[in-house]
Amino acid sequence: MSVKDEKTYFLDKKQNVKRIIYAFYVLCAGLVAADFIVHRHTYHDWENFPAFYAVFGFVACVILVLLATLMRKAVMRDEDYYESGNGGGDA
Amino acid sequence: MIELFGGMPSYMVFFLFAVLALFTRGHLRSLLMIAAPVISGIFLWQTGQGEEISYTTQLMSYELTPFRTDKLSLLFGYLFNIAAFMAVLFSLHIKDTHQHVSGLIYAGAALGAVFAGDLITLFVFLEVMAVSSTFLIWARGTDKAIASGMRYLIIQVISGVLLLAGALFVYSDTGSLSLTQMSLDTVAGVLIFLAVGIKAAFPLMHNWVTDAYPEATPTGSVFLSIFTTKTAVYLLARGFPGEDILIYIGAIMACFPIFYAVIENDLRRVLAYSMINQIGFMVVGIGIGTELAINGAVATAFNHVIYKGLLFMSMGAVLHMTGRINGSDLGGLYKTMPKTTILCIVGAASISAFPLFSGFVSKAMIMSAVIYEGYDWIWLALLFAAAGVFHHAGIKIPYFAFFAHDSGLRPSEPPRNMLMAMGLAAALCIGIGCYPRVLYSFLPFETDYTAYDTTHVLTQMQLLCFSALAFVWLNLRGLYPPELRSTNIDVEWLYRKFLPCSIRCGMAMMKPVYNGALRLACGMVQIVFIRNLTRHHGPEGVLARTWPIGSMVLWVAVLLGFYLMLYYVL
Repeated sequence: MSVKDEKTYFLDKKQNVKRIIYAFYVLCAGLVAADFIVHRHTYHDWENFPAFYAVFGFVACVILVLLATLMRKAVMRDEDYYESGNGGGDA
Repeated sequence: MIELFGGMPSYMVFFLFAVLALFTRGHLRSLLMIAAPVISGIFLWQTGQGEEISYTTQLMSYELTPFRTDKLSLLFGYLFNIAAFMAVLFSLHIKDTHQHVSGLIYAGAALGAVFAGDLITLFVFLEVMAVSSTFLIWARGTDKAIASGMRYLIIQVISGVLLLAGALFVYSDTGSLSLTQMSLDTVAGVLIFLAVGIKAAFPLMHNWVTDAYPEATPTGSVFLSIFTTKTAVYLLARGFPGEDILIYIGAIMACFPIFYAVIENDLRRVLAYSMINQIGFMVVGIGIGTELAINGAVATAFNHVIYKGLLFMSMGAVLHMTGRINGSDLGGLYKTMPKTTILCIVGAASISAFPLFSGFVSKAMIMSAVIYEGYDWIWLALLFAAAGVFHHAGIKIPYFAFFAHDSGLRPSEPPRNMLMAMGLAAALCIGIGCYPRVLYSFLPFETDYTAYDTTHVLTQMQLLCFSALAFVWLNLRGLYPPELRSTNIDVEWLYRKFLPCSIRCGMAMMKPVYNGALRLACGMVQIVFIRNLTRHHGPEGVLARTWPIGSMVLWVAVLLGFYLMLYYVL
């Protein structure tokens, strides 16, 4: 299956990856700008905060990933943790 | 056609065809397997066009309702037929009779459970589901899969026992076994709630999902992802709509699995954790209990089966073609599996609830219902969970499997039947996302809900794009946790490590005591029993003088004497 293959694929070029990321940045900027142009209905005071959803999405995911990384310290064990039947390695 | 069917419930087609599949091979079996969900679906469609049906029968002194239709059960019925078709198509290339037959029985039993109008019928079908689905795990054949399947079966059986106990309490309280809305103020209600809670993967009872589903065969996990948990969601909607506690249970379910999903290496286990997160949304909807919320929960269940099935299928295809499923071993597969990559991305976009994909039109209903009813913190928790879903299921799954670092693997596309099944699921995801009215018209309550207004689309796009921005930023900064070969301990640690270890330790400590007790007991037996026996029955004993029949007569006489005495005394 892992035949050596010399073909260069689309994402093998650093330039293409950069282009995609820049396009994505533009999209994000556009969405925030839209927040100030389009009138949103709000059901809750929190939603009136400018670009509430954008800020929330970003912050929530950063917190999620950082907390999950910290959690690894407590819960991560060897791959065959449960198979090592002699009970060794208990925390 | 109805006459031809003779009033037999449509799911019986699955059992009939499962038997036929047992005795056929090759293309004929493939044809039969594909025909089962189609024929059953056509019958069900015709049944659904008519009046609501409630077919009752008498078994001993119990009144049973083996087949009952209403809008709620019909929707799940259609869903299970579509999903069964998808899963059967996906598994046609394998030659394993066990998996084919148990897959059909599992699907049929799930339909039976959904149309069951009483608790005993429900119990029987749930047990059939439990047993038949276990074979889909065992069929993998590895030691891990066999152990995991056994744990899965035990947990399912515990749920079954709780349900049966609940059913008996219901019968003694009300004199009826019918499956209706229940209250948590009664013992019966609590028992059934727990039984269904196990199957719905409530927190602390959730580990069977993350334990068993990733150990099943590539095709088996697609079947598994469809039926059991969604039957539980149906039962919650049927039995416990509007129970406040469900809102909080659901919110916890939506939030905690995403942390595990971020650090999990086995991509099918990531999907299993994300499944619990998605069921969390449905459980919150059922807990809110308004028409909009129930509609949202049911619609989410419908869409979820299809996009989660699609994701499990794409990961199944990867596992089938490469033999690997860990994020740390995969990457760069887009180069030679472009179709699978695109289909997986459609599933990922749907589960993340991108506008124009199916998740958007159903999740929006639940979010709206939560905020209308004033559950602010729950709403915030669900928003967090929604961002998290995109992070682990929407980005992580396609990214680590198909992009990320080049693993050097160059597998070809999976067999055509697998691609067709994934294509069908992807078409449904986009179709429902673009024309939600069709799905809305089948929901239990009439609705004029519109998912596509500027606010919804804009806010959802902001939430998702900035979640993705967080992923990009963390990755560029090198803060994103790398995929590591590892096991993450969860509640299952209690029964997979702690309990066996404490029993072993306990046994080791008790050994001297046990040996002492054994010696003492032996001594006592020798003194009291054997000596007495020798005295009477031994070579010198009184009773040895006659034939054994003599001693028998003596004891009968003693017994009769005792009986006579009792007769006079009483």
